[in-house]
Amino acid sequence: MTSELDIFVGNTTLIDEEVYRLWLDGYSVSDAVALRVRAGILEQTGATAAVLQSDTMDHYRTFHMLERLLHAPPKLLHQLVFQIPPSRQALLIERYYAFDEAFVREVLGKKLSKGTKKDLDDISAKTGITLKSCRRQFDNFKRVFKVVEEMRGSLADNIQQHFLFSDRLARDYAAIVFFANNRFETAKKKLQYLSFGDFAFCAELMIQNWTLGAVGEAPSKPDSQVDDMDMDLDKEFLQDLKELKVLVADKDLLDLHKSLVCTALRGKLGVFSEMEANFKPPAPQNLSRGLVNVAAKLTHNKDVRDLFVDLVEKFVEPCRSDHWPLGDVRLFLNQYSVTVHSLDGFRHQALWDRYMDTLRGCLLRLYHD
Amino acid sequence: MPGKLKVKIVAGRHLPVMDRASDLTDAFVEVKFGNTTFKTDVYLKSLNPQWNSEWFKFEVDDEDLQDEPLQITVLDHDTYSANDAIGKVYIDIDPLLYSEAATVISGWFPIYDTIHGIRGEINVVVKVDLFNDLNRFRQSSCGVKFFCTTSIPKCYRAVIIHGFVEELVVNEDPEYQWIDRIRTPRASNEARQRLISLMSGELQRKIGLKVLEMRGNAVVGYLQCFDLEGESGLVVRAIGTACTLDKLSSPAAFLPACNSPSKEMKESPLAHPPSHGCRSTHNSPIHTATGSRLTQNFSVSVPTLIYTGMGSGSAGKEGGPFKALLRQQTQSALEQREFPFFTLTAFPPGFLVHVGGVVSARSVKLLDRIHNPDEPETRDAWWAEIRQEIKSHAKALGCHAVVGYSESTSICEEVCILSASGTAAVLNPRFLQDGTVEGCLEQRIEENLPAGCGFCHIPYDELNMPFPAHLTYCYNCRKQKVPDVLFTTIDLPTDATVVGKGCLIQARLCRLKKKAQAEANATAISNLLPFMEYEVHTQLMNKLKLKGMNALFGLRIQITVGENMLMGLASATAVYLAALPMPGGIQIAGKTPSDGSYEQHISHMQKKISDTIAKNKELYEINPPEISEEIIGSPIPEPKQRSRLLRSQSESSDEVTELDLSHGKKDAFVLEIDDTDAMEDVHSLLTDVPPPSGFYSCNTEIMPGINNWTSEIQMFTSVRVIRLSSLNLTNQALNKNFNDLCENLLKSLYFKLRSMIPCCLCHVNFTVSLPEDELIQVTVTAVAITFDKNQALQTTKTHIEKSLQRASTDNEELLQFPLELCSDSLPSHPFPPAKEHLESARSNSGIPAAQRDRCSSWIELIKLKAQTIRRGSIKTTVTVEKASPMGEGNFRNRSAPPCANSTVGVVKMTPLSFIPGAKITKYLGIINMFFIRETTSLREEGGVSGFLHAFIAEVFAMVRAHVAALGGNAVVSYIMKQCVFMENPNKNQAQCLINVSGDAVIFVRESELEVISTQQPTANCQQSCAGGEVTT
Repeated sequence: MTSELDIFVGNTTLIDEEVYRLWLDGYSVSDAVALRVRAGILEQTGATAAVLQSDTMDHYRTFHMLERLLHAPPKLLHQLVFQIPPSRQALLIERYYAFDEAFVREVLGKKLSKGTKKDLDDISAKTGITLKSCRRQFDNFKRVFKVVEEMRGSLADNIQQHFLFSDRLARDYAAIVFFANNRFETAKKKLQYLSFGDFAFCAELMIQNWTLGAVGEAPSKPDSQVDDMDMDLDKEFLQDLKELKVLVADKDLLDLHKSLVCTALRGKLGVFSEMEANFKPPAPQNLSRGLVNVAAKLTHNKDVRDLFVDLVEKFVEPCRSDHWPLGDVRLFLNQYSVTVHSLDGFRHQALWDRYMDTLRGCLLRLYHD
Repeated sequence: MPGKLKVKIVAGRHLPVMDRASDLTDAFVEVKFGNTTFKTDVYLKSLNPQWNSEWFKFEVDDEDLQDEPLQITVLDHDTYSANDAIGKVYIDIDPLLYSEAATVISGWFPIYDTIHGIRGEINVVVKVDLFNDLNRFRQSSCGVKFFCTTSIPKCYRAVIIHGFVEELVVNEDPEYQWIDRIRTPRASNEARQRLISLMSGELQRKIGLKVLEMRGNAVVGYLQCFDLEGESGLVVRAIGTACTLDKLSSPAAFLPACNSPSKEMKESPLAHPPSHGCRSTHNSPIHTATGSRLTQNFSVSVPTLIYTGMGSGSAGKEGGPFKALLRQQTQSALEQREFPFFTLTAFPPGFLVHVGGVVSARSVKLLDRIHNPDEPETRDAWWAEIRQEIKSHAKALGCHAVVGYSESTSICEEVCILSASGTAAVLNPRFLQDGTVEGCLEQRIEENLPAGCGFCHIPYDELNMPFPAHLTYCYNCRKQKVPDVLFTTIDLPTDATVVGKGCLIQARLCRLKKKAQAEANATAISNLLPFMEYEVHTQLMNKLKLKGMNALFGLRIQITVGENMLMGLASATAVYLAALPMPGGIQIAGKTPSDGSYEQHISHMQKKISDTIAKNKELYEINPPEISEEIIGSPIPEPKQRSRLLRSQSESSDEVTELDLSHGKKDAFVLEIDDTDAMEDVHSLLTDVPPPSGFYSCNTEIMPGINNWTSEIQMFTSVRVIRLSSLNLTNQALNKNFNDLCENLLKSLYFKLRSMIPCCLCHVNFTVSLPEDELIQVTVTAVAITFDKNQALQTTKTHIEKSLQRASTDNEELLQFPLELCSDSLPSHPFPPAKEHLESARSNSGIPAAQRDRCSSWIELIKLKAQTIRRGSIKTTVTVEKASPMGEGNFRNRSAPPCANSTVGVVKMTPLSFIPGAKITKYLGIINMFFIRETTSLREEGGVSGFLHAFIAEVFAMVRAHVAALGGNAVVSYIMKQCVFMENPNKNQAQCLINVSGDAVIFVRESELEVISTQQPTANCQQSCAGGEVTT
C-alpha cells in the first residue's frame, strides 16, 4: 500500500511557521521530517512519522505554490487562490525575504551577477547555510535590486512599496541594494569585525546625505521627486570633495584647525597627547590627513569601493591601537568637524558638513572591536 | 422579451504573458449569452488591461436566463494567427432572478482555463432587468428560491412544507462524441463544462416549475448531482423539498439561538419562530397490529425496517391506518404525494413526531445508451422503482414519510449501483398543509410528551413489530415504547436529550469480486451487496456498543463499485439518547471452550473490550443517572442475557436464513470468535484509536454536548489515493488497507488542525471511489470549529429509562429477500418479468434472471413516470470520530482569527448551515459549479498531488470569487459533490472533475449585531457565544 496522492486544502491556507522556517532554510522534506522528529513533535502530539511526513509534504507543496507569488508580494495580496489572513501574509513575506547575517556579509557589496551566484556553493560550505537557502537569499537581493534599480524616490520607500516589507527589512534591503550598486568592499579581512548592521547604518547615512536624492533636500523625504536617485552617489559632490584637500595642504589652515581642536579638547580627552600627536604632519597616522585624503580620493570608482577599507585603515585602526575610548572618539570627531567653521580661510563649509556629518556617524559606528 | 441582461467588462489583472517577445498581452473579451456574442476592444500591451466597456445588453427569455450561463472569454489578440484563448469565466445569473437575492453581480473573477488553471482575474458587472411575465404557460420558473441547506434557512419561516421534488435530464457526454477525437482537450473540456452548466440550469428551471405547480416558492435541501455514465451519456439529477417560505422581517427578533448553536444546543439551530413544543400526540399507546410479511431486498440497509402497518385495517400496499387522528390527517396530506420524502435533515420544532429507523434501497443496473435525451425514461423509471421501495419500507415501519432522504450512484464501466436512503418518520401535518389543523394540535402538544424523547417513540406496533426488536418504556417520559437502538439519517433533533458527547463512527469494508462483464458482473455485485450491508451494519452496531452509546444520526452508507472490488463506508454520529435504554456490553464467546490457553485469550480480549467500553464512557461523559426500575408491562431485559451475533461470512443464502440475528433481544452482544476472520474483526474494533485529546468529530451539523463555538472555523478538503499491491489481495488485507487509509487520514487531520484545539471536526464527509483497479481514493470534506473549553460542558439532564433493544432488522431482511420478489417492488414494473431485461440486476429483487437481455424494447414498457431525484443535501452527521475528553492542560490559546480586511475580502466556507458566532442576514442564491482541469505536464506541476492540490485551491478560489461578486461573505451548506480524478502517469497526464455547491450568504458577526439589536427587546439571541471573535 503506497500513497499515490495525499493532499489537504483548507479554505484558509494553513501555514505552519516551523515548517516554513525549515523550508526557507532549504531542508529537503526528509531532512525537515527528521528535524521535526528531533524537536520532539511526535511526543507532543502523539502523531506517527507517516503523519508527519504527509504534513510536511503538504506544507512544502503549499510553500512551493506560494513561492511564485512571494516573488512579487503585491500579487500575494491580490491573488484569489490562497485565502490567507493579512497578518500571515505579512509573516510569509517577511520571512521569505529575511536573510542570514552570515550570508549577507559574504555577498554585501558584490555585484549581484551570475558570477557571484556561482560562488554560492563556497558560501554555503563556508557558512553552513544550505545552498538552497543561499540561492533564495541571493535571488531575493537580486530581485529587489532589479525592481528598484531604475526607480526614483526614496530607495527604502520604493522597496517597501513593491515588496511590502516592514520598515526595518526595507531599510536593510536598501542598504544591500545600495552596497551592491556601489560595490563597496566589505570582505577584506580587516573588515571582518564589522556586522551587517554596521554597514547598513552607514549605508543609510550615505543614502541620506551623499546621493543624488539627497541634494539640497532634507534626507529621505519622499516629496523630493526631482531627479531623486538614492542608488548612486552624487558624482558632483564626490568631485567637489577634492576641494577639502586644502585643509591638509594649507599649512596655516592645518595649524589653525589643529590648535582650535586642541584648545577645545584640552583636559576633556583622556587620549589628548595621542590626539595631538596625530595632528602633526609627519605623524604616520595623521588622522586629519587620513580623513581628508579619503574624501579627496572619492573621485575614483576604485577608491569609492575601498571607502570602508580606508576608513578602517586610516582612522579606526590608529585610534584603536592608541586605545581611544569611544567617548573620546566622539568628542574628537565632533570638535574636529565643528571647528572647521571657525577657519575663516576655508570656503567649503557646506561641502565639509555634508561630508563630515555622514562620515562622523559612520566612523562612530565602525569604531568597535 | 421578459428580460434584459446587461454586462460590463471593467478590467483585467495579473494576465499571463501571451506574447513572448514583448512579455505582454493584447487582451480583449468576448461576452456570450445564448447565441449572442459581444466583444470589447483590444487593450494593447498590458497585463492589467482597463477595458471599461459599454454595457453589453442581451434581450432574452427568462427561460434562457435560467438555463444559460453567461460566458466570458478572455483572448489574446493576434494579428497574424488565430487569437489565443487565455481563459473563461462562467457566471450563473440565477441569483439575479429572484428579488430577495442579489441585485448585481460585480467583482473580480478568476479567469479559468481547463489546461492552465487560473490565469489572472477579470472584473465584471452583471445586472438583469426582469419584466413581469403574465404568460401562464411559461416555461420558466424565475423567482423560485433554491437552497442547498437541508433545514429551513435561517432568515425564513416555513409556512408549508410541500414535499419532494425531483427531476433529471440526460445528454450525450461530449467527451464521448465522435467529434472529440478531432478536437483539443481544451475544447472538449469546455464543451463539457458548458453542457453541464446548461443542464443544471435547465434542471433547476424544471424543478422550479414543479414547485410553482405545488404553489411553493422555494426548494430547500436541493441537491444536484451528475452521473458520468461514460458511453451511455451524462445524467444530471436533482432532488429537493418544495416549501413555501416567508421571510422573517426582523431576523433578530425571531431567531433566538438560531445562528449560533453556541449556547445550548437545545435552543435549536433551527430558526423557527412560532411553534413550541412539538409533539403531537396520540394518546393511545395501544397499537393493534396486523401482521404482515417483511419485504426485503437486498438492498435494504441497515436497521431498516420492514414491516407493516399498524392499526386496524390493513390495507395492503397503502399500509394500515395509523393510530390517531393526527396520523390520519397527516397521512391524507401525504397520501396525495407520490413520494412523501423530505430531503431535510433538521426540522422546525414540532415537525418530526416519531422516527422509525433508516430505510434504504439499492439496485444494480446495467447502463445502456440513452437513446433519446428528451425522454429520459429509463433513468426515471429506475429511480421511481427505488423510491417506491423506500416508501414501502417506510410503511412497513408504520411511518408515512421519509426524512433525511438522499440518493446516490456508483458507476464502474457499465454497471451502476443506485442507492437511496432516508429515515422513516411520522410527521406533524401542520406544516404540510395550510395550517388548518394547527389549532387542535397546539393544545395537545406539551401535555403529553416531555420534549426530547417523542421522536424516539416507536411508530410501529409493538405486537406486530417489523423485526424482532426489544422495546422498553421510554426512559424519559415512561409513557411510550422506545427501541433499544435508533439509527437515523437526520441530524440530531435540537430538542433531543443527550447524555455526554457524541462521536464519529465509521464502518469500513471491502469485498473482492471477480472481474466480469455485463450481466455476470451485475449479478456478482447484487450477490455481494446484502453481505456488505449486513457486515457494515454489524460493524456499526459493534462500534456503537463499544462507545457505550445507543443511537446513530446522520448515517450515510456508501457502497462503491470498482472493477474488482466493492467498498462500503458508513459514517454516522453516535450519541447516547437519554430516552433509550443503556446499551449492554459486548460479550465474547469462543467456540472451543476446552482449550485452556484459548480461554485465557478470550477472557483477555473480553477484558480489553470491557475496558474500552468503560474508557469510552468516561471519554464521552456518558453517565446517565441510574433510574429506579419501575417499568411496567414491557419485557425487562435481563441484564446478562445474550444474543449470538453470528458473522455473515457464510456465502450461501441458506446459511443466512439460519442466522439468529436478533441481537436486539438481549442486553449484551456476543461476538463469537470462531475463526481468524472474527478475531481480526474484534481486533479492528479495538484498533480504532480515539482522537487526540481536545478533538472531537462528528458527521452531523453540530456536536451534541458541545456549545460555545467560537468564530474560528476552517473548512478543508483532503484527498488520498493509495495503490494496493496487487499481490495476493485478500479481503482481510484489503480491509486492513482501507481501514488504515481512513484512520491515517483522520490522524493527519487531527495533526494538521492541532493549533485549533479544543476543536470539533463537524460534518465530516467521507467519499470513497475506485478510480482504477488498484487505486482507492478517499475524499474528506469537513469543517473544524474551535470552541471555548470552559463553557463546553453542558449539563445534560438525563431522563433515563430502561429500554429494549431494537433488533437490527437488516439481518432479517437478508433472510427474506427471496420472498420479496413478489412483494411490492413488483408493481412498479408492469411488464412481464421475462422482459425484465432492463435492469440487469435488480439487487432488491435478487433475481438473476432479471438481468437478461437488456434490449431497448423495454422503454416502451415502462409506464411509470420516472422521477429522478437525487437528494442532495449531504448532511453528514457529525460525530466525533473518536472523541476524547480534554484535560485542562490541553486548552491552548486559539489564535484569534485575523479576519481583518485585506484587499481581498475574506469569504468563509462551511458545510454547515450556519456560521458560529454570526447571524446570516441574507441568502444570495445557490452556488453550483462544475470544473474540469486537465494537464499534459503532470510531473512539471508537482505530480498528482501538486496537480490536485492546486486545482482544489483554485476551485475554492472560484467559489469565493463568485460569492464575493454576489455581495456575500460566506458559503454555507457547502459540499463537494464530486471529485473524479484520473491519471495516466506514463503519458504525464491527469484529469479531474469537481462539482461543488452551497448557498451564498451575507452574515453579520453577533458582536456587531449586538450594537444594532440592543434596542430590540426581543433580541434574545445570544451574543455570548461570540467569544473569541474579532470584529473585523
